[in-house]
Amino acid sequence: MDSDDDFMSGHSSGDEDFGLEVESDDGSLGDDFDEDEPDVGFSQKDLKPAKKAYEVDYKIYSPSEIQAHQDKQIGEVSAVLGQPAEATAILLRHLRWNKERLIDLYMDRPEHVLEEAGLGPNTTTNPQTRVIKGFACDICCEDSPGLESYALRCGHRYCVDCYRQYLAQKIKDEGEAARIQCPTAGCNRIVDSKTLDLLVASDLKNRYQVLLTRTYVDDKEHLKWCPAPNCEYAVDCVIKRKELDKIVPTVCCACKHRFCFGCTLNDHQPAACSLVKMWVKKCEDDSETANWINANTKECPKCSSTIEKNGGCNHMTCRKCKYEFCWICMGLWSEHGTSWYNCNRFEEKSGSDGRDAQARSRQSLERYLHYYNRYANHEQSAKLDKDLYQKTQKKMMNLQTASGMSWIEVQFLDTASHALQLCRQTLKWTYAFAYYLQRNNFTEIFEQNQKDLEMAVENLSEMFEKPTTELADLRVDILDKTSYCNKRRVILLDDTAQNLKDGEWKFNVDISSKA
Amino acid sequence: MSQKRIAKEFGDLQKTPLDGIKIILPNEADMLQWQITMEGPKGSAYEGGNFVLSLSLPKEYPFKPPTLSFKTKIYHPNVTNDDKGSMCLGLLRPDEWKPSSKIDTVLEFARGLLVDPQPDDAVEQGIAREYRENRKEFLKTAKAWVKQYAKK
Ligand SMILES: [Zn+2]
Ligand SMILES: [Zn+2]
Ligand SMILES: [Zn+2]
Ligand SMILES: [Zn+2]
Ligand SMILES: [Zn+2]
Repeated sequence: MDSDDDFMSGHSSGDEDFGLEVESDDGSLGDDFDEDEPDVGFSQKDLKPAKKAYEVDYKIYSPSEIQAHQDKQIGEVSAVLGQPAEATAILLRHLRWNKERLIDLYMDRPEHVLEEAGLGPNTTTNPQTRVIKGFACDICCEDSPGLESYALRCGHRYCVDCYRQYLAQKIKDEGEAARIQCPTAGCNRIVDSKTLDLLVASDLKNRYQVLLTRTYVDDKEHLKWCPAPNCEYAVDCVIKRKELDKIVPTVCCACKHRFCFGCTLNDHQPAACSLVKMWVKKCEDDSETANWINANTKECPKCSSTIEKNGGCNHMTCRKCKYEFCWICMGLWSEHGTSWYNCNRFEEKSGSDGRDAQARSRQSLERYLHYYNRYANHEQSAKLDKDLYQKTQKKMMNLQTASGMSWIEVQFLDTASHALQLCRQTLKWTYAFAYYLQRNNFTEIFEQNQKDLEMAVENLSEMFEKPTTELADLRVDILDKTSYCNKRRVILLDDTAQNLKDGEWKFNVDISSKA
Repeated sequence: MSQKRIAKEFGDLQKTPLDGIKIILPNEADMLQWQITMEGPKGSAYEGGNFVLSLSLPKEYPFKPPTLSFKTKIYHPNVTNDDKGSMCLGLLRPDEWKPSSKIDTVLEFARGLLVDPQPDDAVEQGIAREYRENRKEFLKTAKAWVKQYAKK
């Protein structure tokens, strides 16, 4: 019923669904939620007033807020249809919470809608367990006198034990909630939550509620669960699937997990979802070729002694000959700061080289390895930085005792570590992005931004690895470098996202969402 | 708790057997394992054959569906062409099974499949394709298998 390329289920003008006001500057998303309900963890006020090109509006909801929102919609629609809340809930779920469509259909052919939703004609009055003379349960064939039995409004009656076991199995084993039908073969009457309340134990009731809420979020095209393990929050973001070649909608959950609303993978700005998918697939297919890159040891380009990388920083100094080089390109480090040196850009070889097929295929492999090398390196560096971060806590403790700094004063290491993670995550994906990018007037600026961020990150990373004794003196420097890194990242992302929006990037693959 | 139901179903099927279907318990003490002998329906590709099937009921029966498999080799798009001869479609699928569904319905369903295979729900795609596109060839093989494996 809904178009596939559309994240929202309802888009008529009368739709009051929360989160529709994408452009609102005050950040007040969603008028369906009570105004007095506190924002959870994330406050729109924390954002800079002017939205950057790479930012999207979104809101985070806790399970109880989602519950409240369901209840509110059920209440509203129940009043319009003149159906009890239980039946309205089933109707709404049946039509995937598209209120307008439900009301339209119901006004047109009420019996038909009820039948379709599993609420066929009523043959008994208010559901309750009863003892009926001469009753034999068709499931267990028990017929002892005094046997308690239950039937939904369809009138199909079974003993309470069988009913309970049936519901327990559906909820516990099959994770079913919104669409549990009457146990009778061929009867599609839906078990409503009043019946559930009447028949099942409280632990199952809770599970049932959780499952119902789950289907609510799954049914709503602009709601998604945070993919972090054990996180219970859902994110509301109105991004249509067909917009995903124009924007990379990164959101940050109340649990601090940063993920892409488009594909729910970890934050992959500035690369669009479809590029990420292609890139990950390519890396899997070519993992053999690229395996050597993941090694943590390399040889010094000058004296050939083995050098181990144990931090995120790519500025290496050989212990033996003191040669300073770049871990990624193995080039002389001193040249990296200069304007003419390019570690990040792949230099296409010109001339007769590219003529024959063999040379072309070698060139294409080299090109891939160039980008993959840098991509993988930042991934690995981020891991190493993270290991360092685990040690940061300890470092901070040591620093406090050594320098007499307060807890607040040593927070700069924590901040620096976070910035490193974030910037490396971005850098990593700039290389997947660049791999698919065709050269044009805009690529030069992109590569410059990439290089600037890269240098800023390596500088900070280098400081971050200094022995604790030196850290206290570096505090101001580290703070400066941290904010510089963050600034460079914002510049890069903003510029890239703006060009993506404006359709200025040319890719050597099709990045539209169909691909 | 399912004992009573299973005993009743078994008893009913002995009292009024289904057309062309014989049921025995290979082990009298085990009500969960039934052996079915099914005649190939008249007019179907399987006419003239006698097919042995095994029906096993799960501990959770009737809340979970029984499993049905052909012990006699059969050339059919809905039966796996291996030593298991298993099938999983229609009401045999856990999400379509209802506790009020009965074994007689399951057996009728299986017999119906011999008359009208369901290539859209196939486990053997090759056989399904042949059934759709080259019925003649399908019938030839199916009948040859009946002769070879399911002779009375
Ligand atoms: Zn019913
Ligand atoms: Zn019963
Ligand atoms: Zn989360
Ligand atoms: Zn994505
Ligand atoms: Zn380099």
